[in-house]
Amino acid sequence: MARIIVVTSGKGGVGKTTTSAAIAMGLALKGHKTAVIDFDVGLRNLDLIMGCERRVVYDFVNVINGEATLNQALIKDKRCSQLYILPASQTRDKDALTEEGVGKVLEELSKTFKYVVCDSPAGIERGANLAMYFADDAFVVTNPEISSVRDSDRMLGILSSKSQRAVNGSEPIKEYLLLSRYNPKRVKLGEMLSVDDVQDILSLHLLGVIPESKSVLSASNAGTPVILDENSKAGLAYSDIVARYLGEDITHRFVDEEKKGLFGRIFRS
Amino acid sequence: MSLLNYFKTTKPNSAKLAKERLQILVAHERSARNQPSYLPELQQELLKVIQKYIQVDQNSISVNFDSDDKQETLELNIIIPEQSHT
Repeated sequence: MARIIVVTSGKGGVGKTTTSAAIAMGLALKGHKTAVIDFDVGLRNLDLIMGCERRVVYDFVNVINGEATLNQALIKDKRCSQLYILPASQTRDKDALTEEGVGKVLEELSKTFKYVVCDSPAGIERGANLAMYFADDAFVVTNPEISSVRDSDRMLGILSSKSQRAVNGSEPIKEYLLLSRYNPKRVKLGEMLSVDDVQDILSLHLLGVIPESKSVLSASNAGTPVILDENSKAGLAYSDIVARYLGEDITHRFVDEEKKGLFGRIFRS
Repeated sequence: MSLLNYFKTTKPNSAKLAKERLQILVAHERSARNQPSYLPELQQELLKVIQKYIQVDQNSISVNFDSDDKQETLELNIIIPEQSHT
């Protein structure tokens, strides 16, 4: 049985796809066979972030409609043999996803994969609802910014009332906070909500803080999940997150502003 | 003077403000989330019944739902305007 992880946020542009790509790659690099699915039908982007946009032949909706087999649609990552990508359909409308269809695909994936990462679209419509419906774990990606925190809280309400686990009354989805675009310097100046502020409101299990980093854009420009950039703080933060999720005890970093030495001040990285 | 002000004025802590606003908002939205879905309809129907007998407006009636571990409470509050006594 695979563990199904939904990467969700409610609000758009907070880093769901970046996070999905990074943690899927991270889990695969740890040796776990992982599939990452783009649920954003009509606006697919995971393929671009993963750098496999030119290898898309069949998509998620083709599989649901029986126009292609799962094996035909899954794209094997060229960097990590344990990682597979299932792209969203670009042309169809979002009603193409059905609960039954998604359930069947996830069930089939569960037979051979260890983890299935569901990259949720923004909003609270069908795609987002189906991305979280079958989840075992939820990675709630939040920016330290009021609208993002509010939307995350709204998503938590939906996870605890509309998911399959909630409907069946089984053990609730495990919810984790991933605080992204964090800027310790601005937090110190009182210009940005701190980790503690966000935690006071959402009170979730903190999986990690991802610092605001230029390397995230460079990584998406290149189609390389940022976790592969070992010189990037964001990449390291995602590596920590994957390790923590897998049960390793790792101290949180990137929460406080680092003291730059003389060299650091001269050669700003 | 302006130089003195430069040193004196500390920037308002906008993160603190954000947190306060969020705490109020989220508490409100969470309580609304746990309310039964029939509540607005119930409020409208009660209003109609009461208006048959007393001149009250929409704002003078409130229906609140509260729940804790032990019990659920449905609280109905009607403010009767003074002239109706006479």
